[in-house]
Amino acid sequence: MSSIRMKTCAMTAAVAALFLSVPSHAETEPETTDPIVINGGELELPTVAPAPAHLEGVFDQIYSGWLFRDAATQAMQMDDFENPGMIFVDQGIDDWNTVEGKAGKSCASCHEDIESMKGVRAAMPKVNEAGDLWSMEDYINDCRTSRMQAEALEWDSDRMKNLTAAISVQSRGMPMDVAIDGLAEPYWEQGREMYYTRYGQLELACANCHEGHYGDWIRADHLSQGMTNGFPVYRLKQAALVSQHNRFRGCIRDTRGETFDMGSDEFRALELYVASRGNGLPVEGVSVRH
Amino acid sequence: MILDRRDVLAAGAASAVAGILPWAARAQEAEAAKAVDDLIAEFTGGAEVTEGDGITLDAPEIAENGNTVPISVEAEGASEILVLAPGNPVPPVATFTFGELVGKHMASTRIRLAKTQDITAIAKLADGKFVRTARNVKVTIGGCGG
Amino acid sequence: MADNVKPRVRVPKTAKAGEVITIKTLISHQMESGQRKDQDGNVIPRSIINHFSVSFNGTPVLDVKMEPAISTNPYFEFEVAVPESGEFLFTWKDDDGSVYEDRQSIEIS
Repeated sequence: MSSIRMKTCAMTAAVAALFLSVPSHAETEPETTDPIVINGGELELPTVAPAPAHLEGVFDQIYSGWLFRDAATQAMQMDDFENPGMIFVDQGIDDWNTVEGKAGKSCASCHEDIESMKGVRAAMPKVNEAGDLWSMEDYINDCRTSRMQAEALEWDSDRMKNLTAAISVQSRGMPMDVAIDGLAEPYWEQGREMYYTRYGQLELACANCHEGHYGDWIRADHLSQGMTNGFPVYRLKQAALVSQHNRFRGCIRDTRGETFDMGSDEFRALELYVASRGNGLPVEGVSVRH
Repeated sequence: MILDRRDVLAAGAASAVAGILPWAARAQEAEAAKAVDDLIAEFTGGAEVTEGDGITLDAPEIAENGNTVPISVEAEGASEILVLAPGNPVPPVATFTFGELVGKHMASTRIRLAKTQDITAIAKLADGKFVRTARNVKVTIGGCGG
Repeated sequence: MADNVKPRVRVPKTAKAGEVITIKTLISHQMESGQRKDQDGNVIPRSIINHFSVSFNGTPVLDVKMEPAISTNPYFEFEVAVPESGEFLFTWKDDDGSVYEDRQSIEIS
């Protein structure tokens, strides 16, 4: 009896150690790093890239979250028809072309075909002319309120997610390349600070899971490196598009912590820092995760 | 649905320790089994159903998320295929009726599973006979809020 | 009519006579199962697409009776032997009485 109890204690201690410390080499590398072949070869998205310079000593390689999913979920992203996120891209394109607001304009009135948005997603979030860090949602709402004279959309509303999805898809395959220097630097520093700050009763920082334990089990699931190049994602659990800030909110909530609001300055800064960790991975939006 | 699954898994774990099913769970399972038998009888009109040959049911062994589980059924020459998820609060999933222009008598869709269970498919074949098959799908608890 | 219901259908543009083609369909729909509760603990009433059917030049191809266990944004894949040029008609029926339709033509070469 006592030997069993001792064993149990030792195991509990080991489990606790896994969660409370950040061993430098606890991560598990993906077995393969095959590209995501879309529509039978129309487009190939690499799933691995050399880590950006600012991650020197942290990661050698950065990986798409797609590698950490099971075959059925992976397959859904490999065909634009089977990818349920694409219906919302269609809805976003419809919205792009719909006139709304007192100015009698649609997005297309100024920007013409949505293909003109190619490259936008790869550089988001980005410091605007006034020196503020803006997410794509901010740019969309600025156009809506100032140029279209329409109401701003809620950050996590279906219409907003449909639009960000439709705009993201235009950059699919382009490497993520957010600016982190110059005016962006203080925001990036703020985001970096948050990434390594332990939140909640579980006292977990982003890094505890996504840097120290990617590839490892978390309950019946595998952790990824927490890259954001696939956002907005179609998440099978919600059977809906999920925005980056919603995912951040969920992660902090899961630490049993008070979370920040979607569309808060804190999450914009975190969005920039996390995006910069994925600089070099292709825009996958709209990806499929579970 | 998610709470349901957790409850069931928790109950399963408890019963594994105790070695028996708690009576409430046993009664519930008996009721579900009866409901499934009734549904099959309704589909077959009470005719005999044989196990196995002539029908295939594809589904993942482990579903990452019970909300979207891809499945596929096929039965050569079948006029109808009934799919049941006996472990769901509402066991019927879909009934496929094939017309004359169908290429293969197959269909794929995505379904919800409340918990780990044996999905069941019953086909009415061209000769009017019925065959059934089942496939176990383990529904896991996801990592983050899953 | 439920909000934002939009069908997507993939049918090849051309085929050979008698060729077996694969058709995929997807429609955006919440498929509210009737099993969920809202924040106040009240059951959210069932609201699903309960029926999907496909015909080709008026001849039935596939008919599906759908239950709440079909996932949000229902997806179907099936195969059809196409005898001649013509038009597919896809029909989804909603609990609320709405009917959503899509038509796709195919040329036989």
